[in-house]
Amino acid sequence: MARAATTQRKALNTALAWLIGFLIFFPILWTILTSFKTEAQAIASPPIFLNFDWTLENYSVVQERSDYMRFLWNSIILAGGSTILGTMIAIPAAWSMAFVPSKRTKDILLWMLSTKMLPAVGVLYPIYLLFIQLGLLDSRAGLVIVLMLINLPIIVWMLYTYFREIPGEILEAARMDGATLKEEILYVLTPMAIPGIASTLLLNFILAWNEAFWTLNLTAVDAAPLTAFIASYSSPEGLFFAKLSAASTMAIAPILILGWFSQKQLVRGLTFGAVK
Amino acid sequence: MGRIVLDQVSKSFGDVEVIPPLDLTIDDGEFTVFVGPSGCGKSTLLRLIAGLEDTTSGHIRIDGEDATNVPPAKRGLAMVFQSYALYPHMSVRKNIAFPMRMAKMSQEEQDKRIEAAAKALNLTDYLDRRPGQLSGGQRQRVAIGRAIVREPSAFLFDEPLSNLDAALRVGMRMEISELHKKLDTTMIYVTHDQVEAMTMADKIVVLQAGVIEQVGTPLELYRAPRNVFVAGFIGSPKMNLIEGAEAAKHDAHTIGIRPEHIDVSTTEGLWQGTVGVAEHLGSDTFIHIHGVPGCEPMTVRTDGEFGVKHGDTVYLTPNLAHLHRFDAEGLRLE
Repeated sequence: MARAATTQRKALNTALAWLIGFLIFFPILWTILTSFKTEAQAIASPPIFLNFDWTLENYSVVQERSDYMRFLWNSIILAGGSTILGTMIAIPAAWSMAFVPSKRTKDILLWMLSTKMLPAVGVLYPIYLLFIQLGLLDSRAGLVIVLMLINLPIIVWMLYTYFREIPGEILEAARMDGATLKEEILYVLTPMAIPGIASTLLLNFILAWNEAFWTLNLTAVDAAPLTAFIASYSSPEGLFFAKLSAASTMAIAPILILGWFSQKQLVRGLTFGAVK
Repeated sequence: MGRIVLDQVSKSFGDVEVIPPLDLTIDDGEFTVFVGPSGCGKSTLLRLIAGLEDTTSGHIRIDGEDATNVPPAKRGLAMVFQSYALYPHMSVRKNIAFPMRMAKMSQEEQDKRIEAAAKALNLTDYLDRRPGQLSGGQRQRVAIGRAIVREPSAFLFDEPLSNLDAALRVGMRMEISELHKKLDTTMIYVTHDQVEAMTMADKIVVLQAGVIEQVGTPLELYRAPRNVFVAGFIGSPKMNLIEGAEAAKHDAHTIGIRPEHIDVSTTEGLWQGTVGVAEHLGSDTFIHIHGVPGCEPMTVRTDGEFGVKHGDTVYLTPNLAHLHRFDAEGLRLE
């Protein structure tokens, strides 16, 4: 009796999980479907779900009108560059907080996180002026630095949690074995933390890829990534939902595929330390 | 090579003084055991010698040189940790090679030493495995192998056997003792197990609350404990400590008599008591006896064939030649 109830409950939970999953995924699905409709079908009321004339026209128009590859390349450089730079700074920072904590470590961690609570637009003006002064406007280097800085607290936090799981005795053993601080981090800590570092890299790559506020405000042409590519289809010439959807689909496809193949790592990364 | 001198060394964590200033000399080639109950500061003392903790005051000299502010890697000491602390991502071979790699030793020399260490520790067949694929005893051997290839001036062991099961522990105890005989290098060994201390040590340092209670050979500590704490801590089963009227008869505040120094009989004796529990080990029997004034319960060790059971009345006679007397401060009276 009890067992039957449990099975029923399980089935109900599963159904519920699928329903919620579908609701969350629905906008993406709708975007992808719309990208294969004609403009007229895209704004048809009532909306057409599946029985429309499938067409690839939007994609060819988008491809003709703008250089997708250039935006893609910028996205890769911005997301990749900021993630690598951020990790290089965050590993030593997380090391010191995890293994030689001081009285203020907890405060510093909280303070770092608090910078994420600040509305980005609040510092837009000073950053914009800085960029003009330094000649960084619409440059990849400038964007890499800004994206790195906004994601740094998250990288440090994630690595900190991972490093905390590594027994201190192993690092002490390395020290007794004659390893310098650099060797200790390079040969002992980093290889042991690889799974954690990998999921941190991945998450930050995705965050940087999707970042739209700074990339839209600080770029124009040269450094514009895929977020700008999507945005360029939104307003000026009226609403072209099908083309906008095609552009969006092209922009999110790479990261969606990357995320799909690394979901195990990602889930572990996001829930790490939460259950222990 | 390997004489370690502690000169007024102390350690505080914040406002808490865990080790008040103490002096200690460990001679070259000596097997010294730090023993004491948990929290007595023995591991901290070892970590101070290793350099993993900074001293609050005082000096540590290794072979005459002041090593107080020398980083751990440069002290020429090797350490074996309680958790083994092997590098999980490296093979056994790479684990053992790690200190040599850090010392930039030639590959040839490294291979030679790895081979010698593996042979001595029965690890030859496991060199290409990862630590995760080894048993506890094998992991412990790898940790020892990693320590010996450096040819350190002294070995530091931090409760290395406490993660092993009882049978393995006895075996490893012998192996470490034999290793000491073979290498003739100074070893400092931390344990809370007085049996390990008694069986392995040339010199035992008994610690309590960061203070050295007594330093001596195992038999010195057994025969002439300096105070009540050492008397109760060294020896298994524990010494019976008797207070009150019985102690006053011997002009002492407390008297101590070891379980093996009491004759037990079912017919006559000085003290009378009732058997609580009789532990029959085969070779010996430990009897816990209730009703002896000033000592509850009194433990007696007798031969394995002595058949008594719960509730039996027995008579006890202490061997006065082995009686220990202590004053009100707990110090030994001669």
